[in-house]
Amino acid sequence: MKGKLILEDGTIFTGDLLNPGTATGEVVFNTGMVGYQESLTDPSYCSQLLTLTYPMVGNYGIANVFMQSRKSFVGGFIIGELCEKGSNWHYEKSLTEFLTEQGITCLYNVDTRAVTRKIRSAGTMKGILVAEDAPQAEIDRLLAVPIKKEVVMEVSTPEAYTLETEAKDAPFVAALDFGVKQNILKSMNDMGCRVTVLPAHTKAEDILALNPDGIFLSNGPGDPADVPEIVEELKKLFGKKPIFGICLGHQLLSIAFGAKTYKLKFGHRGTNQPVKDLRTGRVYISSQNHGYAVDGDSLKDLPLEVTHINVNDGTVEGMRHKELPIFSVQYHPEAAPGPDDNMYLFDEFFKLMKGE
Amino acid sequence: MPKKENLKKVMVIGSGPIIIGQAAEFDYAGTQACRALKEEGLEVVLVNSNPATIMTDTHIADRVYIEPLTVDFLTTIIEKERPDGLLATLGGQAGLNLAVQLSEAGVLEKFNVELLGTPLSAIKRAEDRELFKETMEKLGEPIPESTIVEDVPSAVEFANDIGYPVIVRPAYTMGGTGGGIAENEEELIEIVIKGLAYSMIGQVLIERSVAGWKEIEYEVMRDGADNCITVCNMENFDPVGVHTGDSIVVAPSQTLTDHEYQMLRSASLRIIRELGIEGGCNAQYALDPKSNRYYVIEVNPRVSRSSALASKATGYPIAKVSAKIAIGYTLDEITNAVTQKTKACFEPALDYCVVKFPRWPFDKFVYADKTLGTQMKATGEVMSIDRHFEGAILKAVRSLEIGVHRLHMDKMDDWDDERLKKNLSRINDERIFVISEILRRRLLSVEEIHQVTKIDNWFIEKLKNIADVENRLKEGSLTPKLLRAAKDVGLADRSIAEITGKSADEIRSMRKMEGILPCYKMVDTCAAEFEAATPYYYSTFSAQEDEVRTSNARKVVVLGSGPIRIGQGVEFDYCSVHSVWALREMGIEAIIINNNPETVSTDFDISDRLYFEPLTPEDVLNIIDKEKPEGVIVQFGGQTAINLAASLQKAGVKVFGTSVDDIDRAEDRERFDEVLTQTKIPRPQGISVTNLQDAVNGAAKIGYPVMVRPSYVLGGRAMEIVYNEAELRDYMSRAVKVTPDHPVLVDCYMQGTEVEVDGISDGVDVIIPGIMEHVERAGVHSGDSIAVYPPQTLPAKVIYTIIDYTKRLAVALHVKGLLNIQFVVVEGEVYIIEVNPRSSRTVPFLSKVTNVDMVDIATRIALGSTIRELGLHPGIVPPKPYVAVKAPVFSFAKMTDVDIALGPEMKSTGEVMGIDYHYARALYKAIVGSGIKVPTEGCILFTVADKDKDELKQLARAFSELGFKIAATEGTAAAIESVGIDAEVVGKVHERSSDIIERIKSGKINMVINTLTQGRHSAKDGFKIRRATVEHGIACLTSLDTAWEVLRVLSFMKERRLVYSLAIQDYVGGGDDLA
Repeated sequence: MKGKLILEDGTIFTGDLLNPGTATGEVVFNTGMVGYQESLTDPSYCSQLLTLTYPMVGNYGIANVFMQSRKSFVGGFIIGELCEKGSNWHYEKSLTEFLTEQGITCLYNVDTRAVTRKIRSAGTMKGILVAEDAPQAEIDRLLAVPIKKEVVMEVSTPEAYTLETEAKDAPFVAALDFGVKQNILKSMNDMGCRVTVLPAHTKAEDILALNPDGIFLSNGPGDPADVPEIVEELKKLFGKKPIFGICLGHQLLSIAFGAKTYKLKFGHRGTNQPVKDLRTGRVYISSQNHGYAVDGDSLKDLPLEVTHINVNDGTVEGMRHKELPIFSVQYHPEAAPGPDDNMYLFDEFFKLMKGE
Repeated sequence: MPKKENLKKVMVIGSGPIIIGQAAEFDYAGTQACRALKEEGLEVVLVNSNPATIMTDTHIADRVYIEPLTVDFLTTIIEKERPDGLLATLGGQAGLNLAVQLSEAGVLEKFNVELLGTPLSAIKRAEDRELFKETMEKLGEPIPESTIVEDVPSAVEFANDIGYPVIVRPAYTMGGTGGGIAENEEELIEIVIKGLAYSMIGQVLIERSVAGWKEIEYEVMRDGADNCITVCNMENFDPVGVHTGDSIVVAPSQTLTDHEYQMLRSASLRIIRELGIEGGCNAQYALDPKSNRYYVIEVNPRVSRSSALASKATGYPIAKVSAKIAIGYTLDEITNAVTQKTKACFEPALDYCVVKFPRWPFDKFVYADKTLGTQMKATGEVMSIDRHFEGAILKAVRSLEIGVHRLHMDKMDDWDDERLKKNLSRINDERIFVISEILRRRLLSVEEIHQVTKIDNWFIEKLKNIADVENRLKEGSLTPKLLRAAKDVGLADRSIAEITGKSADEIRSMRKMEGILPCYKMVDTCAAEFEAATPYYYSTFSAQEDEVRTSNARKVVVLGSGPIRIGQGVEFDYCSVHSVWALREMGIEAIIINNNPETVSTDFDISDRLYFEPLTPEDVLNIIDKEKPEGVIVQFGGQTAINLAASLQKAGVKVFGTSVDDIDRAEDRERFDEVLTQTKIPRPQGISVTNLQDAVNGAAKIGYPVMVRPSYVLGGRAMEIVYNEAELRDYMSRAVKVTPDHPVLVDCYMQGTEVEVDGISDGVDVIIPGIMEHVERAGVHSGDSIAVYPPQTLPAKVIYTIIDYTKRLAVALHVKGLLNIQFVVVEGEVYIIEVNPRSSRTVPFLSKVTNVDMVDIATRIALGSTIRELGLHPGIVPPKPYVAVKAPVFSFAKMTDVDIALGPEMKSTGEVMGIDYHYARALYKAIVGSGIKVPTEGCILFTVADKDKDELKQLARAFSELGFKIAATEGTAAAIESVGIDAEVVGKVHERSSDIIERIKSGKINMVINTLTQGRHSAKDGFKIRRATVEHGIACLTSLDTAWEVLRVLSFMKERRLVYSLAIQDYVGGGDDLA
């Protein structure tokens, strides 16, 4: 079935439609060349219409081991070629089967480079995926649907659960799930941490009652300004335990200290973003997925200092508290998809928890 | 300013002549590096023996030395120039080996030269098998079980231990020379013997074969502050077992999960860090297709063919960034030249599929073993870009110029199903065509093909997608919808026409009527995330938006020359680039179309717009429709571009320069005869025949020997000299398909001095920058001859005649631009052999030694200027006081089963130049530079044809007088002894099976002088002897003319110092006359 992507400014991109539905969402693009399954199941894309710039998708199929969350939360999927017959020893099912099973509307055979160029110059905007012959009234109605705001609650785990470890003297991490990617939990667990994953709205006292060695604030979808109630809880944790935040966790942490966040024109989404660690001068390639960033200027009078910046545009990519064992990064050290240059950050958290 | 402030002057070593395994990519890398260094205000000293390169242009480096790449010469140059630093990682394996030798000889230390970029310790740890193994073991990076051996028994013992198959790799060689896969002990012994001979240090590695696994490569960069990035990864279509230079390669990898991609990426970073490389590096892996297991196969601590490919595939200039790193910059301080906004410290994101396809010389070396293995055989490669693999692979196939335009070979139409299936297991240049034919015939399933070939199902599925569309075209009627599907999958108009029985023009107009047009997309390193400043484009039929920003300025298209092959090398890229520069200087936008990733012309900052596309009428016309240029220049892109001229003109495109009709008058036998009659220029008697009987009758009339060849040839393909009717009959049945459409030319073979002229004409006047005299008499292809500028033996009268004939021809053919003419001089009479109204392979050589910017002038004339308007003087440019010698270089070591004897078929892959005030020293430089090991003492073996025996006597006497011992086969020895010279008689090969060969092997013979003999036994003997000299690296001269010149060098060596160097700037400036 023929379909199209219509942007709120009226721009139309055509393609073929799989699993037609009524998708309205923010159109974003990711420039990674591998890792479509990890991106599809990254909860941070909740409700967004995810466009991949790499034009051939599905080449190696889908395998359960690469799932980053219990399901895909994307609002829609926009790609070039949809590869029907993937090939890899991990292969369990085709991408088409997966998308259908997950009920994800996918517009394929799209000139995704053209979509990207549009978003790059005009900024992230709302879009809809509809059938080619969708009536104008339907189009108008869908374009009027507001961007969903309650996304953190949608993706967060409804129940707490724990990843046990056999490591001796294992630090105990309380991880707040704002939309956590499984590889974050796996990375901490693999390095010998016991990890209890808590729903996003867990109260500070309940977290502290677990007496963790450290608190982890996860990545997640949406605007950090949309969850002030979580920020309030975070404030109560300061000074009590070492804290490590990633992505949305990093943004919420900064707001809790009084900093500001702002929306980037078209975000950073990909696996090739260079980040400079200002403490060493070293540059690492990182996996990123964020539409908002911490305003560097707003950190000036706060007890926070910038530790990492993006080499491309100079935006804040990491910070730490000047006295307390609290630090955070905007990008994804756990990779999946992307390079694992930044696993050293988990080591730093590990050391903080060990009091080293 | 460089970050290392002590640096003022830096020396760059180039890679020397083009050979298999080391082609134009190092001209691209070296040129980029020199420009990057000059940009920093450094004085650049460049040494390279290859005059066909752009890097040896005087405006690329401040001091250019076109000298042999040997320790002696480099030492002299270092002593003279006193550079502060040496950059050797951009000159391929040749440059790297020299840096190692210079360091070990203490030269760098003595003259206080800092080795820039990757330190020597890193080079050694990557190149020395034992050190590499130790390093990998320390890192925990798996490498296949292996051992280093220095003799055969140890190799056998190890292989019996771990089991066959095993791979043999000699240490310190490039392109896998001397390596191979052994399935059993017998094969192992053979390969090890050869490998030991080739290794610079007499070592070979024996390792477990992982043939059939996925072969994956990463291009990695590291700076002095330990920042590391990967520029790109690549996946080979052909599994492990085929040399990566002979593999079809895609970028990025297609069948790897994120986990696999990152696993190997992380391994690459660990390796480059541990080795301590500063600059670019390439790591190759074998990945188990059924698990996460992998092995590190090889690490190249330098820029390479793969890095040139990765640069073109991504837009990331690896050589430039490596040069900046070498002078102290870190990746985050270097600007990304493509975006001008972001930094070089990032990893390119591709939003397209790149395919590299090797170009093999099997069309020239018809008897060569076409099996592909660990020893590289390709002379060049093409690259193509599209939004999907199908489109990219089809573009690549169209770019090869091997007479196919899709994955279909006409000859396979005649193969039955069984033959096709049998051929599926043969790993050779035709395998992908066999697979496609099997898929078209639906003989085997994708899985079945995979079982035999081990090629990943993903690739075979893609080939099946193409075959399916082809079958739909064949079986159904051509609806607009089907036409769109065919264009979507990447089929050319011509292919669609062939399958549907229509003409390409019909398809083109149908397509245009339906609005099925290509879109042009940009290569920008970042998948459109940032705006890019670089106009580097590719076409696709699978897109909605075209993003080319054309302009209304004056603009002209320059057609490039496609892949490097025998007969069409880097020299045509030199010409294309110079034409682009000339246009830009004239204020005209230059648009280049080319498909060779190894070249300077496809560097994104050479032209105003670069289209990385096949050079076929359709692909070029699509671009012309888009750009609407004033016209096209075809005379600089070799035969590739010339071949397009007629189609372009027919489509209404203006062809600048010599008209299409005049080109035809020069190329068409009968029309050219008219030109000669009109200009009263004699040519060797000859006829054009369309059947065997006419050939036999004609040859009898002309008189043997005759030269026979098909009409319209490039590089003397299938050209032979035959001495009698039997040979003629044999040739006619074996080498050519003679039909009324494809006549065969039979010419009188005149044994005389061959002379070559390059001129520039505006149709009225002619400038002749120089005349070149060939050392080898006519009959040896001009590309394989030693050429000398200015002529050393020609009387003034002959030179005047040549000038006069050149002018007459230029005027008669209305040449507007360059022309190249070959003459043969017999007893003072000048005859014409052929005219090429285009640039020739001697243009860069002649431009450099005469200091005439030939391409610049020719470009201006092609666009309408005249010699007089340009303020230039017609006529011959006065010869310079120095001598320049151009010598051919061969890649016989890579091509087993190829006869090395010189003849009318071109066999050389590259060339070197020697320049000096003394002819003999210029000759010495050229001969040494070309890799011929001239012995100063020892034994010379003579075995020559009867017709050469008189001349041989004098030659043998001269060598004997220089103190050489003489050995000869029976008949030859008798001839030598008849003039009172002692000659030891050695048995012929077929008589005493191994006598001569054994002597060659054991080093008892130091040079062989052998001319082609007729007859079954002697021909075979000669072949075996010649091959033995190649396998054992000793000089073999197959022309007595060459032998005389070597003799001249040897006499000269006795009395003068041999190593003396001057920069080209000094020669052409007329400065230093210390010689």
